[in-house]
Amino acid sequence: MLLIRCPYCEEERPELEFRNAGEAHVVRSANMAATSDEDFEKYFFIRSNPKGVIYERWRHIHGCARFFNAVRDTVTDKFVMTYKAGEPKPKKLPGVAK
Amino acid sequence: MAASYRISGAGRFSHAKVAKFSFDGRPYAGIEGDTLASALLANGVHLAGRSFKYHRPRGILSAGAEEPNALVEIRRDAARRTPNVRATVQELYDGLEAASQNRWPSLSFDVGAVNDAFSPLFSAGFYYKTFMWPKTAWKSLYEPKIRAAAGLGVAPDQPDPDHYAARFAHCEVLVLGGGAAGLAAALAAAETGVRVIVVDEQADFGGALRFEAGARIDGQDGWTWAQGVVARLKAMDNVRVLNRTTAFGYYAQNFIGLVERVSDHLAAPGRDLPRERLWQIRAKKVVLATGAIERHMVFADNDRPGIMLVSAARTYLNHYGVAVGRNVGIYTANDSAYAAALDLKKAGVNVAAIVDLRDNPSGELVDQARAANIEIHDGRAVVRVGGKLRVNSMTVQKRTGGGERTLPIDALLMSAGWTPSVHLFSQSRGKVAFNDEVKRFLPGTYAQDCVSVGACNGTDGLAASVDEAYAAGAKAAKEAGGKAAKSAKPKVEASEGWSRGMLGAAPGAGPGTTVKAFVDFQNDVTAKDIRQAVHEGMRSIEHVKRFTTNGMATDQGKTSNMHGLAIAAEELGKPIPQVGLTTFRAPYTPVTFGSIANHARGALFDPTRRTTTHGWAEKHGAVFEDVGQWKRAWYFAKAGEDMHAAVNRECVTVRKTAGLFDASTLGKIEVVGPDAATFMELMYTNPWQKLAPGRCRYGLMLREDGFIYDDGVVGRLAEDRFHVTTTTGGAARVMNQMEDYLQTEFPQLKVWLTSISEQWAVVAVQGPNSRKIIEPLVEGIDLSDEAFPHMSVREGKICGVPTRLFRMSFSGERGFEVNVPADYGEAVWEALWAEGQKHGACAYGTETMHVLRAEKGYIIVGQDTDGTVTVNDAGIDWAIGKKKADFVGMRGMMRPDLVAPGRKQLVGLKTKDPNVVLEEGAQIVADPSQPIPMKMIGHVTSSYWSENCGRSIALGLVAGGREKMGQTLYVPMPDRVIEVEVSGTVFFDEKGERLNG
Amino acid sequence: MAKGAVKSAPAGVERRPALAGREATGKSVKVEPLGPAERVSLRASAESVASLSRALGLTLPQKPKTSAAKGSRIALWLGPDEWLVFDEEGKDLLGDCAKAKQLHSAVGISHRNVAISVSGPAAEACVNAGCPQDLSLAAFPVGACSRTVLGKAEIILYRPAEDAFRVECWRSFSDYVFTFLSEAARDAAA
Repeated sequence: MLLIRCPYCEEERPELEFRNAGEAHVVRSANMAATSDEDFEKYFFIRSNPKGVIYERWRHIHGCARFFNAVRDTVTDKFVMTYKAGEPKPKKLPGVAK
Repeated sequence: MAASYRISGAGRFSHAKVAKFSFDGRPYAGIEGDTLASALLANGVHLAGRSFKYHRPRGILSAGAEEPNALVEIRRDAARRTPNVRATVQELYDGLEAASQNRWPSLSFDVGAVNDAFSPLFSAGFYYKTFMWPKTAWKSLYEPKIRAAAGLGVAPDQPDPDHYAARFAHCEVLVLGGGAAGLAAALAAAETGVRVIVVDEQADFGGALRFEAGARIDGQDGWTWAQGVVARLKAMDNVRVLNRTTAFGYYAQNFIGLVERVSDHLAAPGRDLPRERLWQIRAKKVVLATGAIERHMVFADNDRPGIMLVSAARTYLNHYGVAVGRNVGIYTANDSAYAAALDLKKAGVNVAAIVDLRDNPSGELVDQARAANIEIHDGRAVVRVGGKLRVNSMTVQKRTGGGERTLPIDALLMSAGWTPSVHLFSQSRGKVAFNDEVKRFLPGTYAQDCVSVGACNGTDGLAASVDEAYAAGAKAAKEAGGKAAKSAKPKVEASEGWSRGMLGAAPGAGPGTTVKAFVDFQNDVTAKDIRQAVHEGMRSIEHVKRFTTNGMATDQGKTSNMHGLAIAAEELGKPIPQVGLTTFRAPYTPVTFGSIANHARGALFDPTRRTTTHGWAEKHGAVFEDVGQWKRAWYFAKAGEDMHAAVNRECVTVRKTAGLFDASTLGKIEVVGPDAATFMELMYTNPWQKLAPGRCRYGLMLREDGFIYDDGVVGRLAEDRFHVTTTTGGAARVMNQMEDYLQTEFPQLKVWLTSISEQWAVVAVQGPNSRKIIEPLVEGIDLSDEAFPHMSVREGKICGVPTRLFRMSFSGERGFEVNVPADYGEAVWEALWAEGQKHGACAYGTETMHVLRAEKGYIIVGQDTDGTVTVNDAGIDWAIGKKKADFVGMRGMMRPDLVAPGRKQLVGLKTKDPNVVLEEGAQIVADPSQPIPMKMIGHVTSSYWSENCGRSIALGLVAGGREKMGQTLYVPMPDRVIEVEVSGTVFFDEKGERLNG
Repeated sequence: MAKGAVKSAPAGVERRPALAGREATGKSVKVEPLGPAERVSLRASAESVASLSRALGLTLPQKPKTSAAKGSRIALWLGPDEWLVFDEEGKDLLGDCAKAKQLHSAVGISHRNVAISVSGPAAEACVNAGCPQDLSLAAFPVGACSRTVLGKAEIILYRPAEDAFRVECWRSFSDYVFTFLSEAARDAAA
C-alpha cells in the first residue's frame, strides 16, 4: 500500500483513502461545441501511458475529498511530488535527473 | 515419563510438564516447550512425511521455518484441520493430533512410492513434455490426474470456525528478526524513545543463540542475555515485542505484512482469541536481522530420514534437550559442525566420525574435537548412505576416489555452510550482489529505507554482528527522530566462528552421475535435474527454476537456491553472478486465507445497507433483493402467494387504489450556491435556469462520450438550491463525476455539493388514492392540483416532522414521494400504512416498481441502457436543452458513429402470443430461417408479465427500431422461435391522463 | 415505543435512531452508539470563515485534521472548504449558519450520520483494526479529526480524549461499522 501526500491535508496518508482518476493536464475545451472530431479524440480517448514519469490525477476521496495532481514513476511506483488541482505542470521535478 | 532420546539435564524446558500428543494415530508424550518435531525426535521418530513427487520417505531436516520435509496436518476437530504445517514450527500442546501427508495407505508403506522406482520417467520438465498431445486429453485426462497426484496436504472441506484479527500499526523502527543482532538493534533503537516493533517467527527470541552454546554476552550465556533483553524491551512503553510472528511480505514504502500466530500453540484457546492476527505495519526505518539458513550437502540419497542439518541437531540438543540419535555421523564443509560434535559428545551421544570435505581443517574447534577423540576423516566425502526409512550407515570415500569405508550410524548431520537470508531484502526490491570471496549473495543496492545487519548481511561472528546491529539500530532511530541512546552497547565475550563452506553437488553427485542427490527437498529436485535443464537449453536461472521447479512454491528456495545456482553455473561454465539469482517472492512462508480475510467474513464481508423500513418489511413478508450493497424489498408475499401472484396483486392494487414503496436507496445530492443552476446546466442535458423554485424536472446525465450515464428527478427548492436524485447504483459515481467537474473543470462556480442520500428516508405513495392517504398527515402544504401540480416539490411537515414532499410519479399514476429525516422513516411509513389501509393500499417492492414503469415505457438506466446508448437511441431527445452552449456529453453525442443511421433504438416488443414472456437479454433477428450464426439486430432489455395490460410487455434495443413499428421480428430460443411485433414503448395509459387521475 | 426511541417535537412520530440499544465491551474498550445530534455539512471559502465563525459562536478550524469545540458544539475540519459541525444538545445549527451574510452552503445532515463512541485504554488499537491511519497521540492528538476508512466503510474519526474516539458513518453503514468495532474490541488490548 502506497503512502500518498495529499497537498490539501499536507501530510502522507494511506493509499486506501485515495482513488486514481486518470491522466492529469488533459484540458477540456472551453468551446466543446466547436471541437473537431480529431481534437475530441485526443481529449477523450488518447492517453500517454508512459514508462517512467506520469502526471496523473488522484482524489483523496475518503479524506478531504479533493482532486489533486501527482507525479509518479510507473516503474518504481514512487511518487515524485503532488500538487493542487489547477496548478500548472511542474517545470522541475525534485530528485529526477533529466 | 522421559522419552528415550530426551537427555536429562539438557534443554531449556522442564521435563516435568508432559504434553501428550499423537502422530498418525499413535500416542506419544513430549514436554511443554517442544515443537512437534522435537517431541517426535525425543521419541526416536524421524520419518515424518513423504515427498511431493517421488513419495520418498522424509525425515526432519531443520529446526525452523525453512523446513521442506516435515509438513504435517494438525487436526483439532473435523473443521479445524490445517495441512502443510511445519512440524519444526508447530509448538506442542497437550492433546495435539498430527498426521503425515502425501502417503497412502500409510507413511511406512506408500503405494505412490512407485514414482521413485519409475523416476526416470518423472525427470525435470516431465509434465511439459509428456502431456502435450493429444490436446483434448489435457482437460479431460491429464489435468485431473496430475491435480489429484500433485500438491502436498489436503485442504479442509468445512468452513473455518476460527476467527482472525487485524491491526494497522506504525513505528519509527521495525526490526525483523529477534536473534542477537535483531535484539541489539531493537535495544539501541528503543532507548532513543522512538516507537519500535521487534518481530521473531519463533516462540522465543534468541535466533541462533538457541543452539550456539559457546556464546557469552554481557557476562551471561547468549541465550540468557537474549531473554533478559526481551524482558527489558517488553517493559518499555514505546516497544512492541511480537513473537510467533512471521514477516511474510515487504511492500512499497516500508509497508510490511506480518502474521502473528496467536493461538495455534494453545491446547484450549479461549473463544475470544483469534487464531491469527494480521499486522500491517508502516515503518519509517526497517532493520533486517533475518539471519542465515544452513545449507545441506548435496550427495546421493541425502534425503533419508535421520539426515539433517547440523544446526538443527544442535538446536534439538541444546534447546529442547533431545538427541537426534545415539550414534551420529557428521558430514561437513565448514567449522560449525565441530561445535555440534562437541556438544553431542558432551551430552553422551557417540559421534561416529566427522567427514570433512576439506583437506587438513584446522582451528580451535577442530583441535577440541581431536582432543575429545572424535574421529575426523578429512578430504573425504559421504558417497552413499544405507537405510530407507531411517539412515543406518554412511559410506566414506576420499574426495578424489579410491577405497570406501562404511560406518554404521543412526543419524547423519550435514552442513555445507550458511546462506544469508535475503528474502525480505529481495522482496523490498533491493538488489543483491555476489561476494566472490565468500561465495554469497549479499544485500547490494537498497530500494527502500532499510538496513541489513548480522548474518543476513554476511557479517561473520557474533561480536561483529552485535556491534553492527547496535550501531544500525541507533542510527535508524536517530534518523527517525529519536534521542541519543543511553545505555552501553552489549559486549560479546565469546562466540563461535562460522567459516565458509561449499556450494553445489558434493563428490559422487557431480556431472555424469545419476544418483538422487537432492537440491530442493520440497519440490523433489536433484542435482541431475538441474544439469538436465541446462542440457535441454535452459540458459537463464529463471528458466532453470521453472523447468525444474527448484526453489518454487512455499519453500522459496530457502535451503536449495544457492546449490541449484552453483550446479547450473558449473554446467553452463559461467561464474555464478553471470547466471544470476532468482527473485524471492512473498510470502516468505505460507499465509492462511483466514489471516488475509481477517474480519472480512460473514456479516463483515461487505457492508449490508438496509433502509429504515427493513424491519417492517421483514414482518410483512418481504423478500429482499440485493441492489449493490443495499437490501431492497423485492415483493411482499402474502400467505400462499408466490412471487408471480404477489407482483400481479401489487401491480393491480397500485393502479386501482394505491401502493407504498420504499425509495430511500435513491442517491440524493443537495446542490447549493448562487451558480447552482449554471452547474446543473453543465452536468445535465436539460435546461435548468428557468425551472421555477418549487418545480421538478426529469434530469438526464451523460458521460463526456455522449452515452447515457444516469437520470433522476430534480427539484428546485430555491433559486440557489436543488435537490437532485440519482439511481440507486449511480449514487456514488454521479457524486464523484459532479465533484470532478466542479473541482477541476469549473472551479470558478460558486456552488457546493452535499450527499443527502441517507439524510432522507423516502416513501413513494403512488396510485389514484395517494393524495387521500397523505392528506390527513401533511401540515402546511396545499395538496390541490392547482397549488401542487405534478412535478412539484414543497417543504412542510408530515406526522409532525419535517418533509420535502415531491409530487412525482415513476408509475404513471398520481404519486408523491415523501422525504423525511431518516430516523423518522419507519414511523412515518407506519403512519402512511395505517392511512393506506383505509383505502386498500398495498406495500410494493422493486419488482412491481419495475413492471409499472415498463408499462409506461420509462427507462431504467443500467437495464435499458448499458453505457453504449445515446439519448436518441433511448428516444428521449426531449430531455436535451436545445439552446445550451455546453453540457457534459454534448460534443460526445455528436460523434459520427453516434449520429449514424442504423443504431439500436429502444422500442416496445409485443409477443404475438400475449402469454409468452420474453427472456431479458434474448437476441432478436429479422429472419429466423437464416443459417447459424444468425445476424442479431437487437436484444430484449426489459420483459415482464403485465397484469394491468393482461399480456406480456417488453422493451428492447433494435437496430433502426423506430422505423420497424408494426413489423414482425423473431427471438430464437433453444426450444422455439418467438414472434414479436415492434411497438411503441408505452403500453398503458398512452395519453398519460392518470398522472392527475 | 421501541427501545432507545426518542419522542419528537409536539405530536410527532417517534424518532428511531439506528443502533439503539446496542453495546459491545472488550477487555479494555467499550463500543456504544451515541445519541442523536444536530449536524450540518458546512461549505465555504476562506473569506466566509470569519462570518460563519461569528454566527456559530466558535472559530472554524482552518488547519487540516483539527477541530474546534465550544460548549456542546464542535466543528471538524474535513477539507479545505468543508466542515462537519455538530451540536450534541440539538441547538439549531442551520438557523445559526443562516445568520452569516457571507457566501456558504449549509446542509442539514443530522440523520445522515450515526455516531459511535469507542472508549477505553484499547480504543486506539480497536479503531486501528480497520483504520490505516497512524492514531498515536503524536500523529493524531486529542482534538484531531479526519475522514478516513474503517474496513470497507468510510468514517469520520474524531478524538475527544486520549482514550476515546467518536466514529461517524452514514446511517446504512452503521450496522457494519458497529459490528466491525465490536469484533475489533474483542481482540483489542491496550
